[in-house]
Amino acid sequence: MFAYVVRRVLATIPVMAIVALFVFSLLYIAPGDPAAVIAGDQATPEDVERIRQSLGLDRPYLVRFGSWVFDIMRGDLGVSIFTNLPVVTMIKQRIEPTLSLMIVTLCLAVSIAVPMGVVAAWKVGTWIDRAVMGFAVLGFSVPVFVVGYLLAYIFALELDWLPVQGYTSFSQGFVPWIENLILPAVALGSVYIALIARITRATMLEVLQQDYIRTARAKGAGQTSILFLHALKNAAVPIVTVIGIGIALLIGGAVVTESVFAIPGLGRLTVDAILRRDYPVIQGVVLLFSFVYVLVNLAIDLLYTLFDPRIRY
Amino acid sequence: MALLEVENLQTHFRTPDGVNRAVDGLSFSVEAGETVAIVGESGCGKSVTSMSILRLIPEPPGKIAGSIRFNGRDLLKLSDREMRAVRGNEISMIFQEPMTSLNPVLTVGRQIGETLRLHQGMSASQAEARAVEMLKLVGIPEPQRRVKEYPHQLSGGMRQRVMIAIALACNPKLLIADEPTTALDVTIQAQILDLMRDLKRTVGAAIVIITHDLGVVAEVAERVIVMYAGRKVEEAAVDKLFGAPRHPYTQGLLGSMPKLGSSLTGEETRLQEIPGLVPSLKKKIEGCVFASRCPHTTDLCRKVAPALEEKAPGHIAACHYAIKEAVAA
Repeated sequence: MFAYVVRRVLATIPVMAIVALFVFSLLYIAPGDPAAVIAGDQATPEDVERIRQSLGLDRPYLVRFGSWVFDIMRGDLGVSIFTNLPVVTMIKQRIEPTLSLMIVTLCLAVSIAVPMGVVAAWKVGTWIDRAVMGFAVLGFSVPVFVVGYLLAYIFALELDWLPVQGYTSFSQGFVPWIENLILPAVALGSVYIALIARITRATMLEVLQQDYIRTARAKGAGQTSILFLHALKNAAVPIVTVIGIGIALLIGGAVVTESVFAIPGLGRLTVDAILRRDYPVIQGVVLLFSFVYVLVNLAIDLLYTLFDPRIRY
Repeated sequence: MALLEVENLQTHFRTPDGVNRAVDGLSFSVEAGETVAIVGESGCGKSVTSMSILRLIPEPPGKIAGSIRFNGRDLLKLSDREMRAVRGNEISMIFQEPMTSLNPVLTVGRQIGETLRLHQGMSASQAEARAVEMLKLVGIPEPQRRVKEYPHQLSGGMRQRVMIAIALACNPKLLIADEPTTALDVTIQAQILDLMRDLKRTVGAAIVIITHDLGVVAEVAERVIVMYAGRKVEEAAVDKLFGAPRHPYTQGLLGSMPKLGSSLTGEETRLQEIPGLVPSLKKKIEGCVFASRCPHTTDLCRKVAPALEEKAPGHIAACHYAIKEAVAA
């Protein structure tokens, strides 16, 4: 078991290295010269060249990559071209809203989608099943910003139950914090809920056909115990995998959701940085998102052993 | 009053192309402590009968009618909740596939303990202690260690022992064993049959054993019910059935049993087979259900269904010519 954990952790290192190389390359391949942007409209070619040198943009590609990685190791993601603040500081200022949004969305989605999928599988073919599947199709096909504006219109403007937009820090109390997050979390989570509910239903349908479910019935186990203990634990591996892969949806969706609900998080930071061609900030945020994604999936790989005793690498 | 009295049991399944009468008017009874075998070919309704007794048939598409009295109570009239209190407690069941009948993600101890916690209100630790005792009872070495293991760590024979431990944990009055040895190696089969016989003596449960293996029947059963096309065609004490089978179907079944050493004695014996297939259960059958495959069929057989009659004391069969056949044989 310990050897498995160590091996899995070590295996993420090359993945992270490749991710880093991609993140680094992507922006240098992208069109537009950051030096020219900084220099502004009136700059002479000499000015641009001077700025390029001061940023180290004239050095060879691999040298630049090497020193960039070296800086990251020391916790230095560079300095924003636009604000002159260290990227790490900017991320720290913006991380709480995004982290809150993602955690609330994740909890909301899992606690809604898994029971939904389980019940749909149990009541397969009935109107309940069809309603769940209909919702799933809707969740997949309606974009985040449409759901977001619709929710804001109904629950904030018309009914006045929840704030329209903005973010209140957790340090100012749980209630104002969660009030501001409910609508964004539902908007961001709708695709995610649809995805998890579908895979839960499909996996449960298969598991419920198994002989050991018949055994559980023959033992006199109740319906709840059969669904949530005997069956769901067997269905857990594919469900948890999809939850992990779906984190990518949350990251992509967070950028849009934060714009719709004016949440000052990393998503907004990314959008602003892209519009300004603020390369160090873009790199920093994308790198952070990628590492979070890799780490979440590592955690899920390790979780497998908890659900299925047959998995012991 | 018998422990189990099944009367006119009809288990039908609604399918897109008609109603499948898997069990059609079956009646039998089991006395306390008795071992009864139900035999027949694949598709004759044996397993559906056993699943019907515990009401494990999904309804719909299935539908169970008739009456199943257990200790005087009609199981078909119980609520779902009352039925759950019977399953695994007063009546328990073991299945054909030990490899797939245990839950792969729960420990053996947890699975044995589940019925104890459900039906006897034991705590988790009491249930585990009892699970260790049960494992010892069914002859699993190192029960203390095994109780914490998962099914994939056990062999097929051991898993069937675990299934038996689960089934007997609550001291049921009736154990239904649906092909308990079919999926096992021959040597393991013998061990499991021995175990069941021993445990029957200790626990005192009645056993209904469902099988197509007449060797198993001869080994464990006291009374035999032969089923064909969802109906009972013959019933007798085991020695009478093997000694003087009355129904041509039973005779065919016995004739198709390979005999050990028959090729060594020099007799050039071919295994007998019963020609044809079990008729479709989706059509109402006129006359005798076995008429299409019987070597002695007459016009009477094709027109009139034979009733179950006592052909000899304690020996009943459904055949117009049964007595004559017995004499001829």
